[in-house]
Amino acid sequence: MKPFAYQAPSDASTAVRSVAADPAAVFLGGGTNLVDHLKLGVATPDLIVDVTAATSDEITDDGAGGLRIGAAVPNSDLAADRRVRERYPVLAQALLAGASGQLRNMATTGGNPLQRTRCVYFQDVTTPCNKRTPGAGCSAIGGYTRYHAILGASEQCIATHPSDMAVAMAALDADVRVLGGAGERAIAFVDLHRLPGEHPERDTVLEHGELILSIDLPALPMAARSAYRKVRDRASYAFALVSVAAALDVADGVVRDARIAFGGVAHKPWRATRAEEVLRGATASDESYRAAAQAELADARAQDGIDGGNAFKIPLLIRTLAATLRDLAREEA
Amino acid sequence: MKTELSLDVDGAPQRLVVDNRMTLLDLLRERLGNMSPKKGCDHGQCGACTVLINGRRALACLALAVAHDGSEVITADGLAHDGALHPVAQAFLNHDAFQCGYCTPGQICSAVGMLDEFAQGWPSAATIYPSSEPELDHDEAAERMSGNLCRCGAYANIVPAVQDAAAQVAPR
Repeated sequence: MKPFAYQAPSDASTAVRSVAADPAAVFLGGGTNLVDHLKLGVATPDLIVDVTAATSDEITDDGAGGLRIGAAVPNSDLAADRRVRERYPVLAQALLAGASGQLRNMATTGGNPLQRTRCVYFQDVTTPCNKRTPGAGCSAIGGYTRYHAILGASEQCIATHPSDMAVAMAALDADVRVLGGAGERAIAFVDLHRLPGEHPERDTVLEHGELILSIDLPALPMAARSAYRKVRDRASYAFALVSVAAALDVADGVVRDARIAFGGVAHKPWRATRAEEVLRGATASDESYRAAAQAELADARAQDGIDGGNAFKIPLLIRTLAATLRDLAREEA
Repeated sequence: MKTELSLDVDGAPQRLVVDNRMTLLDLLRERLGNMSPKKGCDHGQCGACTVLINGRRALACLALAVAHDGSEVITADGLAHDGALHPVAQAFLNHDAFQCGYCTPGQICSAVGMLDEFAQGWPSAATIYPSSEPELDHDEAAERMSGNLCRCGAYANIVPAVQDAAAQVAPR
């Protein structure tokens, strides 16, 4: 592991100044992904700025039915919070579907969305990877693609974003409040992560030195009926093959409104706006749910691979969305 | 590059200068000679290094020591009191819940932390509705212990041991 300096400032402005001033500096939250990358040689910072004391570890009511979640709130506390469990069950379920009890105690709200892809080639410094070394080539294309994208991939990168929490945040219309050299700004959570395009080395739209202060959830009464469904290769402690975060508002057998996001299928949590449009005003039925999924997946493109590729994700995701919505509609009744 | 830090480990105050790169796991094993947390995978995938940091279960292999200055760390070694085994450790013995024993200190620390989480009413992925109060049935216990891998033949006894210990350490 490359040597690095360590700082743990007590305020966010100092943390931002330190990282902004050094192109090889990084922020440290819970460390569950970064410390592994230090060992693997994927991350080689010369300065680590620990922000767990510099950011809030509190969840506060915004006075209008929403919640402000400080960046240092551990994933376990967020999942256990009564307000989250009642107002946004999809978020509690997504958090609990991810990682393990130990990791959720360490991982933070600000760090979770900034974890990096678990693409095996990205994590193996002996194989070419455009995300790690721009221009090096992509070892995943035509390789082991079971965990890779079917939506929004590019010729440079077919990696997926691994977070479960982020899929729920994308469905819930959350905002991310960040602090940079020019002050604070808010970014819609759905705009935080990028598609790979020509620059897969950039996971998010954050500038170097910009620090997540909080994730803000708006009031969303329909989210009281919401759920997260994750399909994976073992029953627990595994990343998603596909996942669905959904909130559904049904009255008299008709869908009034829906919020849907997919995980495990793209370089970012995939907000399924086309599926939402198809569902608004439609009969609450399996036919509608499948039609919504098919509309969202009209541009899906499966990857070939030495493991048989990932074409299975398309029918799997259609079934997973239908099952999630069917269960939610039943809850309504 | 080095940093001086203080820790309380198994009830004993420690003050030492560490390389910034040192994990808490390496500090415990190589600097303090506490071999109870194990270096299984060293990548946060097996749970053998589980310790309690400020009362919460965590993976020592993914914790930079410098980031835990001032913390209270308890390893499986520090769970016993006055020569008596911790109830969770005793339950592992009673239920034959280990064979080779390599994952066991991590399993026991994880179970101690998990039972405290359960007593506080935290839900898990096995809890049907996150707003409901869970019971520690087999599925709940197995899901909550899923961050600790065991590959021995006695692993099927871990969940019963944890359920048994639950009644003694966290009466509800």
